[in-house]
Amino acid sequence: MLHDTLLSTLILTPGAVGLVVLLLLPRQADSAARWLGLLASLATLALAALAWSRFDPANPGFQLVEQRPWLPQVGISYSLGMDGIALVLVLLTALLQPLVFISSWISISQHVKGFIASMLLLETGVLGAFLATDLFLFYVFWELMLIPMYFIIGVWGGERRIYAAVKFVLFTLAGSLLMLVGILYLAYLHHAQFGVWSFAYGDMLRLNIPMGAGFWGSPQLLLFAAFALAFAIKVPVWPLHTWLPDAHVEAPTGGSIILAGILLKLGTFGLMRYNRPLFPEAWEAATPLFMVLAVVAIIYGALVAWAQKDIKKLVAYSSVSHMGFIILGLFAGTVASTQGALIQMINHGLSTGALFMLVGVIYDRRHTRLIEDFGGLAKVMPLYTFAFLLATLSSIGLPGLNGFVGEFLILTGAFAEHPLAVALAATGIVLGAIYMLSLVQRVFWNALVHEENRNLTDLTWREALAFAPLALFMVWIGVQPGTFLRLSEAAVRHLIGG
Amino acid sequence: MNMDLRADLLALLPELTLTAGALVVLLAGVGGGGRRHGGLAVTALASVGLTAIALKIAVDVSEAGRLFFSGMFVLDPFAVFFKVLFLLTAALAPLLSRDYLERHDYRPGEYHSLVLFATVGMMVMASGTNLASIYVGLELMALSTYVLAGYFRREVKSHEAASKYFVLGALSSGVLVYGLSLLFGELGSLDLAAMAAALGGAERTPTLLTGMALLACGFLFKVAAVPFHMWTPDVYEGAPTPITAFLSVGPKAAAFAIFLRVFLGGLEGLTPYWVWLVGGSAALTMIWGNLAALTQDNVKRMLAYSSIAHAGYALLGLLAGSELGVQSVLFYMLVYLVSNLGAFGFVILLESRGYAGETVADYAGLARRQPLAAFGMLVFLLSLGGIPPTAGFMGKLYVFAAAVNAGFVWLVVVAVVMSAVSLYYYLRIAMQMYLREGQEGEGAEVLAAPWTARAIGVCGVFVGIIGVYPAPFAAAARTTAALIGVTLP
Repeated sequence: MLHDTLLSTLILTPGAVGLVVLLLLPRQADSAARWLGLLASLATLALAALAWSRFDPANPGFQLVEQRPWLPQVGISYSLGMDGIALVLVLLTALLQPLVFISSWISISQHVKGFIASMLLLETGVLGAFLATDLFLFYVFWELMLIPMYFIIGVWGGERRIYAAVKFVLFTLAGSLLMLVGILYLAYLHHAQFGVWSFAYGDMLRLNIPMGAGFWGSPQLLLFAAFALAFAIKVPVWPLHTWLPDAHVEAPTGGSIILAGILLKLGTFGLMRYNRPLFPEAWEAATPLFMVLAVVAIIYGALVAWAQKDIKKLVAYSSVSHMGFIILGLFAGTVASTQGALIQMINHGLSTGALFMLVGVIYDRRHTRLIEDFGGLAKVMPLYTFAFLLATLSSIGLPGLNGFVGEFLILTGAFAEHPLAVALAATGIVLGAIYMLSLVQRVFWNALVHEENRNLTDLTWREALAFAPLALFMVWIGVQPGTFLRLSEAAVRHLIGG
Repeated sequence: MNMDLRADLLALLPELTLTAGALVVLLAGVGGGGRRHGGLAVTALASVGLTAIALKIAVDVSEAGRLFFSGMFVLDPFAVFFKVLFLLTAALAPLLSRDYLERHDYRPGEYHSLVLFATVGMMVMASGTNLASIYVGLELMALSTYVLAGYFRREVKSHEAASKYFVLGALSSGVLVYGLSLLFGELGSLDLAAMAAALGGAERTPTLLTGMALLACGFLFKVAAVPFHMWTPDVYEGAPTPITAFLSVGPKAAAFAIFLRVFLGGLEGLTPYWVWLVGGSAALTMIWGNLAALTQDNVKRMLAYSSIAHAGYALLGLLAGSELGVQSVLFYMLVYLVSNLGAFGFVILLESRGYAGETVADYAGLARRQPLAAFGMLVFLLSLGGIPPTAGFMGKLYVFAAAVNAGFVWLVVVAVVMSAVSLYYYLRIAMQMYLREGQEGEGAEVLAAPWTARAIGVCGVFVGIIGVYPAPFAAAARTTAALIGVTLP
């Protein structure tokens, strides 16, 4: 019974509990809201684990498929399915969500109900977008993420939160609405070629989308651009990244974790799921452009991160750099580089999520995030220092931790075809080590000059609890990457081959 | 002959019932000091209810596909769909107005009666198959709404709204009649079917095309499309808010009904000529309506520009012209009706600082004081902005799909870019409600107005259901669509 509706249950559980929290709980029931949120996200995690256990990694196609007619007249159906690519991202999402609730347990004290509800609705949107196999349904879930994130930044954010929230919404929406036109045009093409309307992903793969001549005369290039723009804004690909630092700096810690850990991945996931298989010729044609953009993002993001005075901003710009690696891996297009890109999506979620969480920890204590306000914390907060160092090493790709696996696969996979891009990208790794280690040095090792830092408390058990699973997975993926690579290998081979 | 008259009157039963209801409300309003707000609103509601029953009877007993009153009047599913929309509007209007009239101390009798008369006019418009009968309906609606716009006679702004509305409305009616007379001169008939037949062999003379263009301008004025929209912001701002709500949905939908029937039914042969006129206007409407709304601080003016923009989206369906196109306009009208009336319901609830003083800043911190009200308003705003899973998104989906399918991709691109812009001003209100702190004692309180709250509740249920499960509503719009015109591809 549950097998038939497992994915629906997984997607709808957080959102349904979110609505209950929002509409039915009394106004002051903060504690109940926190517990309900945590339980809902843990239930979602359990369901995701159940889906994992029922997943057959040898099968490259969609599994646990569900399909119901929704708007039959225009060929829209409610259809879900999970392949290896979606599975790993679903697992990441389900893992991060409870950790966000644990780490925000104290720091979110205003409008707790709204925060919990927004987060849960957001999770429903994310899971739905990963699992939808109908383009229209995908779009619905995609847009569903927008409004909760707007509130998360706008209500619980920092000083310039309203500016950041509006900028986030306008950037995202401008891209996604053009994608909607693209989706409608695909459905129209299906109507023209097969005589019936359809928005189903499988049907779209059968379309013959003409390449035409020039850019404006080429349906395939235009469609590619409409989809790629929406995804590139989300990733964000340089030079569309300007919303990201604002959003991150103003968002509360939990919002930053979700934003960096999961929402950015929807951009690269979209490129993987839609752009590559639907518009293969346009993908070929756009590869040089995206290679250049990826390399620019890697180096530019690293240099700008190096220059930051605010720790959170530094981490935000490092995201731009890291997402550049993922783009490079995707467009290099070999099995190894694509697998590397996918595992790097997970790694970035873990390490950057952890870094944002840890930045939040000292911000809660000191209400500042400026590097110059710290120094010598290693003596005061040893456990915290250890955690931060672990996340840093994971982020810069130390062998034995997860980041190394992803970067290695991407670079080796891409080298044969794109040696120059790989060489330039490799300098990004060096730069990454420089700015992250200098950050660690300035915050943790230098002399303790600020007296108010002398009495900072170390990680509490709750903060340690939120960090521990991330640390576990950083080591696990670093030592035993096969466990996770195996899940997506068949799907990625199918993607590259087909 | 006798049998014919009986059949004619039966087909007209809903209009007759509603006219009787309007007269009863008018007379009842005279006695008792004219201040029996609850009783009169209930009477108005009851006559709408009886009219709905009459409509059911008329549809059941009337012969399908038959024309009444010597080819002037039809009761096809297209007309019935719009009549149901108008009755829904007419049922929500007394609910929205009752508390408001009492608070501002105006007589409810004539007010409710005029709303019902306007509804009768709209119902005649939806059924008209001859430009003469359509025009009669149009004028009945227009004259009633001119008076309603100026109903709050102690308010200067209300006077201003009524005078502007009347002068510009009369001008547009003149343009319309002039175009109609030119068409009559060229085609020899005002009957839509006869016009369509005559068009087959008629030469495309300048007179004919001028007539068509003038008619199109008249209709564009009535749906408030750019560049014939100038009256809208002032009228919407100045009119009593429940009347603004009524104007923004009822007469607009009625204008779309005749626009569809005349241009796709009667003048379909001229499509290559009017498609550019209407297409250009649609693009301008979407662009200007949304851009102008960005800068408005008065919520009523903002919603006025937003309603202009929505007319632009709906015009896409008319342009598409296919069965899906007609269906999409009908469905869009339903979606827009419930979303917009819901949003206006909150404006009515929140008007606390005297008449028409509603600024965006009044919403500051509403979420803190009235979480449920803020959430409701948010849902309606998102629906107007077209964010899933609300009704507004589904409405846009059908309209855009129809336009893409008809080859108007560039217009759809304009539409989606402008939808992104529109979200900025809808979210401005959401931002005030959720992100800003209201000062103590500042900002509007939600007043205890149970009738208005009920109307909002009805709209909210529709917005939610259509957003999640639109299939039955879209299907209802579809069954009607195939039947309006002489020929549809």
